[in-house]
Amino acid sequence: MTPFLQGLGLPFGWAWTLATIIEILLIALPVMLAVAMVIYADRKIWAAMALRRGPNVVGPFGLLQSFADGLKVFLQETIIPAAANKTLFLIAPIITFTVALLAWAVIPFAHGAMLADINVGLLYILAISSLGVYGIVIAGWASNSKYPFFSAMRASAQMISYEVSIGFILICVVLWAGSFNLGVIVEAQKGFGFGVINGFWCSPLLFPVWVMFLISSMAETQRAPFDLTEAESELVAGYQTEYSSMAFALYWLGEYANVLLMCALNATLFWGGYLPPFNWAPLYLVPGLIWLILKILFGFFVFSWVKATVPRYRYDQLMRLGWKIFLPLSLLFVFLVSGYLMLIGHFA
Amino acid sequence: MIQAIAFYLFATMMITSGAVTILARNPVHSVLWLILAFFNAAGLMVLAGAEFIAMLLIIVYVGAVAVLFLFVVMMLNIDFAEMRAGFIRNAPLGVVLGVVLFVELFVGILVRSAGDLAIGNAASVSAVPAGLSNTAAIGALLYTHYLFEFEAAGMILLVAMIGAIVLTHRQRSDVRGQNVSKQVARRPEEATINVKPEIGKGVSL
Repeated sequence: MTPFLQGLGLPFGWAWTLATIIEILLIALPVMLAVAMVIYADRKIWAAMALRRGPNVVGPFGLLQSFADGLKVFLQETIIPAAANKTLFLIAPIITFTVALLAWAVIPFAHGAMLADINVGLLYILAISSLGVYGIVIAGWASNSKYPFFSAMRASAQMISYEVSIGFILICVVLWAGSFNLGVIVEAQKGFGFGVINGFWCSPLLFPVWVMFLISSMAETQRAPFDLTEAESELVAGYQTEYSSMAFALYWLGEYANVLLMCALNATLFWGGYLPPFNWAPLYLVPGLIWLILKILFGFFVFSWVKATVPRYRYDQLMRLGWKIFLPLSLLFVFLVSGYLMLIGHFA
Repeated sequence: MIQAIAFYLFATMMITSGAVTILARNPVHSVLWLILAFFNAAGLMVLAGAEFIAMLLIIVYVGAVAVLFLFVVMMLNIDFAEMRAGFIRNAPLGVVLGVVLFVELFVGILVRSAGDLAIGNAASVSAVPAGLSNTAAIGALLYTHYLFEFEAAGMILLVAMIGAIVLTHRQRSDVRGQNVSKQVARRPEEATINVKPEIGKGVSL
């Protein structure tokens, strides 16, 4: 977009700034809209699996339910507990929400279409997602209340544990693609399976890694069955207990934006991103953005499906899964993948 | 122009947040200011063109180390009056440490301006590979030229980790842990019996 604005007579600096702001809006606004619709989809899928109807009153098929909910919380009063640390209490949801949007900067939406085409794209995502824990920990501490505090403790332990194995999982993908740049990683998946299938998932060495990534990303985003930070039977509503109105809505939106981001990452790293599922010329006529959205939505369906069917983990089981199973397994796969790639002379 | 603005922004923010880290009365606020300082340091690294180091700084320090700091500090029950008394007592030591660190930093800058740093002898310094992104360049040097130093550092960290685990690990005999493989391996035949007792006789277990 920068050359286009330069063509309108703007100097490079201004054209670049304006173009970047427009591009940020072009990503952030559709993501927010998608979050609203995806909350509706989540409730519908969940309801369908429980043989209920789900939201069906506001708008046709209840499509406007999320917007009605948004309006409702917007009109509510923001209550700040007297004993709370006021500044941090208000900063915490802003952190969660901002961090959930930041990582979208490096996701490629079509060939070469990403906001920041940086060499360390995947590391950037890892760095940003490691910030997500602060929104929760600060909320738990600033609320000055028992249940949010327990929830913050759980969240920090849980997110750090699963980040370790996610790191190793990403190393397997990076080894195969030879780059941290997400665009290069997507291009490396073109015709990966026998020249027919686009996507890293079809390799016998990377398929188990993909399964681990899917489960770890559920733990990282605190989705069921790993939603121990807001386990309502134990902690009321976890770190959100003291929040109301828009501060609560920011957590809500940030959480689903994070889930969408994890689905996008899943699609980009293992299912070929904006590439069609099969390396067949007519499929390339469909724009890459459509394929990416379809893959993200399929990933989200899997998330909802798991949420609707699997009971919540116990906390010690969660820790056991993270440290005693995923960590050694992902380390083993780093070893296997790099060994195999050395064997076939991938790096030569 | 924009680089200069960004540099002065990051640098001022970093020094300010560093200062507030030691001046803040609440230890949790201190840790949060420290995190802001880390963040601005990462921004400076990006400006210097070292994006790999910048990302590692955020992942390792902000994402892991500082979270654990926060974790510990949040759970401490701190007596502020006692802490302030300790401040006066420990101030001379702190001043000495600060001076030592400052002198070391100063000497480091002097040495750096005298020429490239060398590990071992000066002849063993290898040039930075040209035409590589800095992620690839670090890898190319670390896994070839500095392989021994790298692996030695890895071994030291491993020993430290095992040491920490050995020191803190204790076997508790008074709690019943869950043995998952034992539970999974259990079959209905070995767990249940089907008996048909005569009326009025009962069953012996």
